[in-house]
Amino acid sequence: MSGDIAKAFARAKARGEGALVAYAMAGDPDLPRSVDVFTALVEGGADIVEVGVAFSDPIADGPVIQGASERALKAGSTLRRVLEEVVPEVHRRCPETPLVIMTYVNVIMAMGEERFAKLARERGVSGAILPDLPPEESGALRATFDAAGVDLIPLCAPTTPRARAEAIAKDARGFVYCVSVAGVTGMRAELPPDLSQRLDLVRNASPVPVVAGFGISSADQARTLSAHADGVVVGSAIVRAAHADGPQAAKALCAEIKRGLKR
Amino acid sequence: MNTETAAGRFGRFGGRYVPETLVPALMELEEAYAAARADPTFDAEVARVLREFVGRPTTLTPARRLTESWGGAHVWLKREDLAHTGAHKINNTVGQVLLAKRMGKQRIIAETGAGQHGVATATACALFGLPCEVYMGALDVERQALNVFRMRALGAVVRPVESGSRTLKDAMNEAMRTWVSQVSDTHYVIGSAAGPHPYPTVVRDFQAIIGKELRTQAQAAFGKLPDAIVACVGGGSNAIGVLHPFIGDASVRLIGVEAGGHGLDSGQHGASLTLGSEGVLHGSRSLVLQDGDGQIQEAHSISAGLDYPGVGPELAHLAKTGRMEVRTATDDEALAAFYEVARMEGILPALETSHAFARGKELARELGVGKYLVINCSGRGDKDVATISARGVPPAVGVKA
Repeated sequence: MSGDIAKAFARAKARGEGALVAYAMAGDPDLPRSVDVFTALVEGGADIVEVGVAFSDPIADGPVIQGASERALKAGSTLRRVLEEVVPEVHRRCPETPLVIMTYVNVIMAMGEERFAKLARERGVSGAILPDLPPEESGALRATFDAAGVDLIPLCAPTTPRARAEAIAKDARGFVYCVSVAGVTGMRAELPPDLSQRLDLVRNASPVPVVAGFGISSADQARTLSAHADGVVVGSAIVRAAHADGPQAAKALCAEIKRGLKR
Repeated sequence: MNTETAAGRFGRFGGRYVPETLVPALMELEEAYAAARADPTFDAEVARVLREFVGRPTTLTPARRLTESWGGAHVWLKREDLAHTGAHKINNTVGQVLLAKRMGKQRIIAETGAGQHGVATATACALFGLPCEVYMGALDVERQALNVFRMRALGAVVRPVESGSRTLKDAMNEAMRTWVSQVSDTHYVIGSAAGPHPYPTVVRDFQAIIGKELRTQAQAAFGKLPDAIVACVGGGSNAIGVLHPFIGDASVRLIGVEAGGHGLDSGQHGASLTLGSEGVLHGSRSLVLQDGDGQIQEAHSISAGLDYPGVGPELAHLAKTGRMEVRTATDDEALAAFYEVARMEGILPALETSHAFARGKELARELGVGKYLVINCSGRGDKDVATISARGVPPAVGVKA
């Protein structure tokens, strides 16, 4: 356990707020300017920052993040460059904010699990989310990450049966990422009615904080969910705002959602 | 002999690398498939449809003129081109759509490259009365107008995919994304012996009818098992189907032929077994064409069915362990083979299949006179006539113009 993530949740809780986990794509529109986007997320109130690393075949992502992946790859983004050119600078500007890498397992395999974990920790990464690596496939990789002090954050889905969800939560590192809707990333006008029950179930079983993600883009949604979760993840809405109107728009969106998270 | 070293694992390859949302559906599929296989009425139903509708068993044809021309082993052809819809793909779609019905699924989705798997899925859906949506790269929709029409005529909806390289790999990405959002009532019919567990096993089992028939037919036709069997390899469904029943027969050489495209040095090919490295694509760990940063590279082949940067995990295992030999054939070699087979045997093979034929001559000579070489004639070439004729037609044989 890196411990950084637990501290960030504790700080938010002490302020009487749910945590905002904010996602943006490294390398969109290019590597240096994405550093400004990540910084803006923290200025807007993000408690944890997810650093997206582009993959050519993002099967868990909807059109907004697919588009960002394509732009980032065109701009020359790679995991190695993100760890060298983006993560250290964001970490220098925002030393309190845990950084979590979100990418697909093939990108990590290509670098080598051990090499990634060591390098990531050195550069200031606290955790990683790999949406195409379910528990059955993650044993060896998680042991490697544990040894390096990088939390492999598990995902739990609406389709996950109760016992499996509890097992995932009990064994979690960092936080549990509860996928709110059966589908890909992207903004949704409505979230499923049984989401709060599911969050309660996972939260009861989990020794670490629980957040809801996928589909969340407004302060109202964040407010509703914050009664049942320790925080929310916002991704596509931020990526869209940053792409359309730059870092300040992403900052404003974070601030707005953060208002919804105040208890 | 079984190459499955653990459930869904073939040595280092296989597994289930998918979003958590899909894991319960894959477990459900695995259980339902095991239950179906344990139920003799299911196997009987599949066998009945293959016999009455698909036209199985497909014949084993002696290629007398090729045998004579190549001057080596006796050449025989396993005629999957004669299966209904014109390729082996129907063996799997009949099985999977029957399985989906048994599971109570309300609709079917599929991906397709050249359109053969899409047509085979649409056909099975029409036969069993299920709605069908086929995801197809927008570029392939343009290139394969005939099969797009066939799918629509059969009542399927064809959804062009505009992302990425607009070909098969992107169609598969989009089909998986759709499945994630509709997983409770939808079955995804994967056409290659690839994807997350249990698909490589399910597709292989339904396609193994090819090799099982061949065992019996070879004994009847020439009194022994073949000395070598050759098949083209894209994702690998026809190859694993014809080769799998012979894995335990040490006397039978198993050979896969990959797309050499413009040549292995050109960077434009589909040779994942020959030049790929270990990676995860579309839910399983296998050999994939990728750069040093783990980004999947675009494949190239004149045949849309071999234009794929991955390969099924069991074939990767067979290749890595040396049980299967792997060769390649370029676009030009496949085209030459297409005309050679057309004019010597009266068969228009699919461009995919033409890659297997392209290595036939050297294999027949290596084996030598008195030996038996079987080429899996996986599909017919009607779908490819636009691609092939655009390059001009060689003059007629033995007739003055």
